[in-house]
Amino acid sequence: MELTKEEESALAGKHGETLALAYRILVAIGEATGADKLIPVEWAHLSGVNYNTIGDAGEEFLSHLSKDAKFKIKTTVNPMGFDSDSVSKFELDEEFIKKQQRIRQSYEKMGVIPSFSCIPYEIFELPKKGTQVSFGESNAAIYANSISALKTNKESAFSALASALTGKNIYSDLRDDEGRKPNLTIRMKATQKDELTYGLLGYFAGKEAGSSVAISGVNELDRRSCKSLCAGMGTSGSCGMFTFGEGEKGEKIDFDDKEMKNVKDELNTAESGDVITLGSPQLGLEEISDLTIKLKGRSFRKRCMIFCPRAIQGQIRNLGYDKQLGQAGAEVLYDCCICLTPLVDKEDVDSVITNSVKGAYYLRTSNGVDVNLKNLDQIIQEETK
Amino acid sequence: MNVKIIVRGKAKGAVLCAENPVNFLGGVDKSTGRIRDENHDLFGKFVGGKILVFPKGIGSSVGAYTIYSLKYNKCAPLAIVCLKADITTASGCAISNIPLVVAEKKDYESLKDGQEITVDAIEGKIL
Repeated sequence: MELTKEEESALAGKHGETLALAYRILVAIGEATGADKLIPVEWAHLSGVNYNTIGDAGEEFLSHLSKDAKFKIKTTVNPMGFDSDSVSKFELDEEFIKKQQRIRQSYEKMGVIPSFSCIPYEIFELPKKGTQVSFGESNAAIYANSISALKTNKESAFSALASALTGKNIYSDLRDDEGRKPNLTIRMKATQKDELTYGLLGYFAGKEAGSSVAISGVNELDRRSCKSLCAGMGTSGSCGMFTFGEGEKGEKIDFDDKEMKNVKDELNTAESGDVITLGSPQLGLEEISDLTIKLKGRSFRKRCMIFCPRAIQGQIRNLGYDKQLGQAGAEVLYDCCICLTPLVDKEDVDSVITNSVKGAYYLRTSNGVDVNLKNLDQIIQEETK
Repeated sequence: MNVKIIVRGKAKGAVLCAENPVNFLGGVDKSTGRIRDENHDLFGKFVGGKILVFPKGIGSSVGAYTIYSLKYNKCAPLAIVCLKADITTASGCAISNIPLVVAEKKDYESLKDGQEITVDAIEGKIL
């Protein structure tokens, strides 16, 4: 990879330890993807905020980094482990709360916009088409490339961080128009057309595809199904983008009822559950509004946690949704999400009901609980009265 | 065999081969180095102190922090050999100073479990 003189000297440590580290990351990912140069990016979205995911190693790393590092471009962040307003209602370890707050402070010290959301594409105004960004949250990277017409690779927590610190990223893969062309088509042939099926389709496609995949048999998706597709895809593979319609080149494979069942059997490990979780990815205003309508006159038989970005809290309150959701027995939590939340503890919970394929994967592998996967309508039908 | 250097360094140890790709977040316990995804072919094995060989990293972007945590908790692989280096694995290794190389398919397939090798990610060779 060719670096400018300025970039070479930053890599050599002439502009401090922080920039040297950031350029070391950029050079490694440049080598990995065969990039030939660095290019400017306008917006970094960072993952690696939840103490459950980054641990003491991550907390100390960020604390050290924040001593002199400052973000150069617009930088937003993923959810953390809990909602500070309601954390006292959960029996969380003091140590966890302390470490999580320290992580938050480190990010804020470096100049982050405290969004704590995995759906930056839904709560921020988007830059113009074709803008290069660095999204280190898999569902957000896929959504940005496929729906928002932005350009990003499926960044890692560190490569997005390197972008935040330098305002740059490598020019390769999905940042280059040539790399955005799919070389595999998946034909959607499953009978069901709900968000769960699209999540399973995403999980299947992510396993099969390279960087970019074409999906045929789908013309348009509502936001819920689309987010579910992006999140499922981000969980199982390295694919960072999809397009609708048949691809011009490459193999074509079917996603039919049999394939759908295979994926579902891998992720669905329980017949029912003790707790319901909605919101991986977090729910935006449109989904909250729709959910409130669906729940009218009904109430959950079990605890139901709904995860949202803080950015829409005011609207949720002003429009009366939080009151109505509360009456339906659901609690709305901000700044956090299903994935690796300490709010679901296997000491108290055996299995969780969710419509999120991504949530199902991490609940099972990380929280160690079983999961009952069903679509939202089925959850409402079976779990409310 | 000649390999492509992604993160420089040198390490000697026994090979641990995975057939499946690795999702570090969720798939690997960051405090012990144990593979905890029960659908993974290395389920129950420990990656610490091994030359870890797997096709590519997948899934969560936060997996890069898992690699860093493995190093911090002294249960990281000594080096990693991939068929295709992905951004998560490359950046995680870069921050953690874990040598990372990419091998050609036929060379990659010749690596066997338990085999003692030296990954020389300075000269670009596996011996």
